[in-house]
Amino acid sequence: MKLRDLKSAPPTAWFGIVVIFAYAVVAIFAGQLAPFSQTTIVGMEFEPRSAEYLLGTDNLGRDLLSRMIWGARNSVGIALATTAIAFSLGAGLGLLAAVLGGWADQLLSRLIDMLIAIPSLLFALLLLSIFGTGITILIIVIAVLEMTRVFRLARAVAMDVVVMDFVEAARLRGEGLVWVIRREILPNIMAPLVAEFGLRFCFVFLAVSALSFLGLGIQPPTADWGSMVRDNAALITFGDITPLLPAAAIALLTVAINFVVDWMLHRTSGLRD
Amino acid sequence: MTKPLLSIRNLHIQGRQDAGWQPIINGVNLDLNKGEVLGLIGESGAGKSTLGLAAMGYCRDGTRISQGTVTFDGMELLSLPERRRRRLRGARIAYVAQSAAAYFNPAHTLMKQFTEAPVDIHHIESQADAERHGRELYAQLRLPNPAEIGFRYPHQVSGGQLQRAMTAMAMACKPDLIIFDEPTTALDVTTQIEVLAAIRDAVRDIGTAAIYITHDLAVVAQMADRIKVLLRGDEIEEQPTRDMLANPQEEYSKSLWAVRQFRSEPNPEPAADECPVLRVAGISAEYVRDQPVLRNVSFDIHKGRTIAVVGESGSGKSTAARVITGLLPASKGRIELNGNVLPERLAQRSKDQLRQMQMIYQMADTALNPKQTIREIIGRPIQFYLGLRGRERDEKVRDLLTSIEMEPDRFIDRLPGELSGGQKQRIGIARALAAEPQFIICDEVTSALDQLVAEDILRLLKRLQNERGLAYMFITHDLATVRAIADHVVVMQNGEVMEQGSRDQMFTPPHHPYTKLLLSSVAEMDPDWLDHTLEQRKKAQTDVDN
Amino acid sequence: MHPLARMILHRLALGLLTLFVISLVIFMAIELLPGDLAEEVLGQSATPETVAAFRRELGLDLPAWQRYLSWLGGMVQGDFGMSLANNRPIVDLLASRLGNTLFLAAYAAVISVPLALCLGLLAALYRGSWFDRLVNVVTLTSISFPEYFVAYILLLFLSVRTGIFPSIADFGNDAGFGTMIYRTFLPAITLVLVVTAHMMRMTRAAIINLLAQPYIEMARLKGASPARVILRHALPNALAPIINVVALNLAYLITGVVIVEVVFVYPGLGQLMVDSVAKRDIPLVQACCLIFAAIYILLNLSADVFAIATNPRLMHRK
Repeated sequence: MKLRDLKSAPPTAWFGIVVIFAYAVVAIFAGQLAPFSQTTIVGMEFEPRSAEYLLGTDNLGRDLLSRMIWGARNSVGIALATTAIAFSLGAGLGLLAAVLGGWADQLLSRLIDMLIAIPSLLFALLLLSIFGTGITILIIVIAVLEMTRVFRLARAVAMDVVVMDFVEAARLRGEGLVWVIRREILPNIMAPLVAEFGLRFCFVFLAVSALSFLGLGIQPPTADWGSMVRDNAALITFGDITPLLPAAAIALLTVAINFVVDWMLHRTSGLRD
Repeated sequence: MTKPLLSIRNLHIQGRQDAGWQPIINGVNLDLNKGEVLGLIGESGAGKSTLGLAAMGYCRDGTRISQGTVTFDGMELLSLPERRRRRLRGARIAYVAQSAAAYFNPAHTLMKQFTEAPVDIHHIESQADAERHGRELYAQLRLPNPAEIGFRYPHQVSGGQLQRAMTAMAMACKPDLIIFDEPTTALDVTTQIEVLAAIRDAVRDIGTAAIYITHDLAVVAQMADRIKVLLRGDEIEEQPTRDMLANPQEEYSKSLWAVRQFRSEPNPEPAADECPVLRVAGISAEYVRDQPVLRNVSFDIHKGRTIAVVGESGSGKSTAARVITGLLPASKGRIELNGNVLPERLAQRSKDQLRQMQMIYQMADTALNPKQTIREIIGRPIQFYLGLRGRERDEKVRDLLTSIEMEPDRFIDRLPGELSGGQKQRIGIARALAAEPQFIICDEVTSALDQLVAEDILRLLKRLQNERGLAYMFITHDLATVRAIADHVVVMQNGEVMEQGSRDQMFTPPHHPYTKLLLSSVAEMDPDWLDHTLEQRKKAQTDVDN
Repeated sequence: MHPLARMILHRLALGLLTLFVISLVIFMAIELLPGDLAEEVLGQSATPETVAAFRRELGLDLPAWQRYLSWLGGMVQGDFGMSLANNRPIVDLLASRLGNTLFLAAYAAVISVPLALCLGLLAALYRGSWFDRLVNVVTLTSISFPEYFVAYILLLFLSVRTGIFPSIADFGNDAGFGTMIYRTFLPAITLVLVVTAHMMRMTRAAIINLLAQPYIEMARLKGASPARVILRHALPNALAPIINVVALNLAYLITGVVIVEVVFVYPGLGQLMVDSVAKRDIPLVQACCLIFAAIYILLNLSADVFAIATNPRLMHRK
């Protein structure tokens, strides 16, 4: 993507870029930005907003603002790691299936068909009930399930390129698999893959936070936006919006990413309306 | 003098490109009287289709009419409200597109699409009347089984039949004007001739005016009363058909006419005991078990000579190339390179065997990786086969660019997207040469190019052959290319070799019946060719019957 | 046999096979445990005797394939085994809750499917207009929100602050239909908001994809109005993708209700499942998974069959 393109980006995309950048800064400098640690109990339970605790305290008396800031690192970091795993697995296998074709493609595709037929949230719940809740298992389960979607996309877009004559030319030249994938195919499918990464991240982020909200994801005392909503949900029945702040933080980031991806897809598909 | 049916004055059309608007049509004028057929001819990018659609007051997305008037039967189409224009489209002005398979809606039967305009959109006929009319037109256009064919879906009908069904659909409302946009270009030659005849007779019978758009002079000569030549959106000249053919005035028109004259000097016959570069010995091949697409095909290709494999779609000519390159293993027979049997599969062949055999593709657009620069595209085979790197490699790339008549400094760091069609095809040639091969397969290398550019490419290939002693295998459906460059011709049909021999043998009688059909189906630049050919065939048929 | 019938049978067989594989996966997942279920459930303090007795009770001393067969056999006959957490037959726990979950999903589907299809068609028809852009931004925002965020916002404004709707969607055993509709309005509308956005965007995309087809230009050149172009020429060809979209979202409704059920304390299958996961009541989770998976596969299967049935290329062979 060139700088020139950025200038012509619509306001929604600009909004998205600024938000993503801000989140990245908060996540990276969480230690410097947060007034308190994420686990220290600093006051009474459910203290209202004050000069000392800008957003008040949570159900255990921890500073909510600090936990929000730490949450940026924890929630986003875990989702990012999961997406990265899902992506390298899915895109790698998808490309391989597209390039190899034949029975290797058949085998991989049927396998993925099976996996994709399993409702992912349910499967995550099943595995979590068996292995107990934990971050590692959470990451693996969600990565494997999301990998199936990446596989399908990567295979489909790679298929469009594999049939091109320049790929046949590379094969006839005697080029190896790695060259064909890395130099002939990958550069031509980067745009949809990057967009897919954004979308996958949103899905993963929402899935992890949903599980955390159910109490089955990231476990206390790690600060995490999903479980923070759950911990403080009781306040809503008193008409207080504080528990919605972490949820709003999640929503804002996914909206921002979706806006950017939407713009990118729009641009690469050549539509200008 | 009566008022013309259609009158276009000083029409300017622009297309959106990046941020701005680029001209497509620059101030074209056009007059068409009732019942008259005007041929619009020009190469790709001349703006023929855009002009044809503009005659209906229609602009594709991303184009706009910036200036001028289009007057149809006294109405100025461009200033009419869209609703009024819609009332004319399909009813009084109709359109026949190039690839009928794409322009028919796959979800509806032919008859339903036929009756849509007269019954559902323009309300000029009852359903029953429209269907009866449809069957009449199907019969008139010589579609097989006209009473039943309307019940079929587009995918159940062949390409030539669909093209006729689309012509019938255009005639459904008895329009005053029909725009034919390359209606036979996508068809095989033997099918084209029937469709041409059917269209021409139908147009004469219903007395409609027509604009016939094509890049093929010989075709337009059969159809049009007058011919207008376009070049990049500019009008070059317009004359009655016979005058235009006999005596084109402008340089550009003359060059179009002259293109088909190119003939290479035939290369000398090989010595009887000379070992061929490539020998194809009795190969058969199949994609699906026991359904061979290639049966017992044999031919030799000698050093410094060109062999042309000719056939229509489905003849197996491209499959033959796939077998030779090792993409599709043969089920029977063998392939020899310089007298040594080649392993069937690509993966089993040695690097040197792969290097000896290179390929040039039809669609230069898909043959070059759009994300690689010319330096990488040509440089890779040099590095891969010859092991040259860095400066040495670049030096070689520059040499090759020079030999394909492209300036190294200007082009070496460009991407394929920044080149014209002909330039891309040259890069494809340079990539093949970079491997320093003995033998090159040219798969329809000129059929996607405009005639002038195609001829340049053929000359270039011929020169390179003379310089380097290359052996070529041309795969083509175009007999003009064969006539221009082949030393030896192989005619294929349904996966079998019908006939083979030297160029002179193939183009002088007596012919194999299929070769004869193929030869006689190629349109010639004579306005009477269609009539003569049809007459001869009818006569031959009655002779057989008697 | 008619090729269409063969194709449908083929899909049916594939669906059954998938279900079989999933049942295997669900069952085998336990085998991945380092110890076994008995040790895991009873904890480390349990004496060897109690562990052995527990094993015998659950049949854990039998080989895995035998346990699988009897488990699967039980499932097929409607015997889901006993819950570990409260020692009641799982069937009794599931029966009423499955009904509740399906009711909620159907409630949301009845509103969202027609709504999404209409909005998608309109957005495609008026592509590029302010309406289209507005819908684009709104739906993009809506699919970006976590469901519980939407749920809590609705709860806050429509229940806590104004008291229009109840915040807890429990309607007891013998509530009338009207009461049920009223009490479950908030969870249903939450699902509608989330699912409609997805479905609408995909419908719009499916139709716009087709508008670039040459036969659409042909329809315009025959003088067809924009509405006719969309309804008669684009829509019939967009049916297969749209049906797929609907099935995908219905499946999502069934499995995605978990969160909404938890927020509104709705007595559905999802909530039961979450509770069971927390209590590690594995047989119950397995049963829930299998039921959900079966519904999910059934929906996808019917979408496949519908898609085949609306494709003229498959319906009318050469």
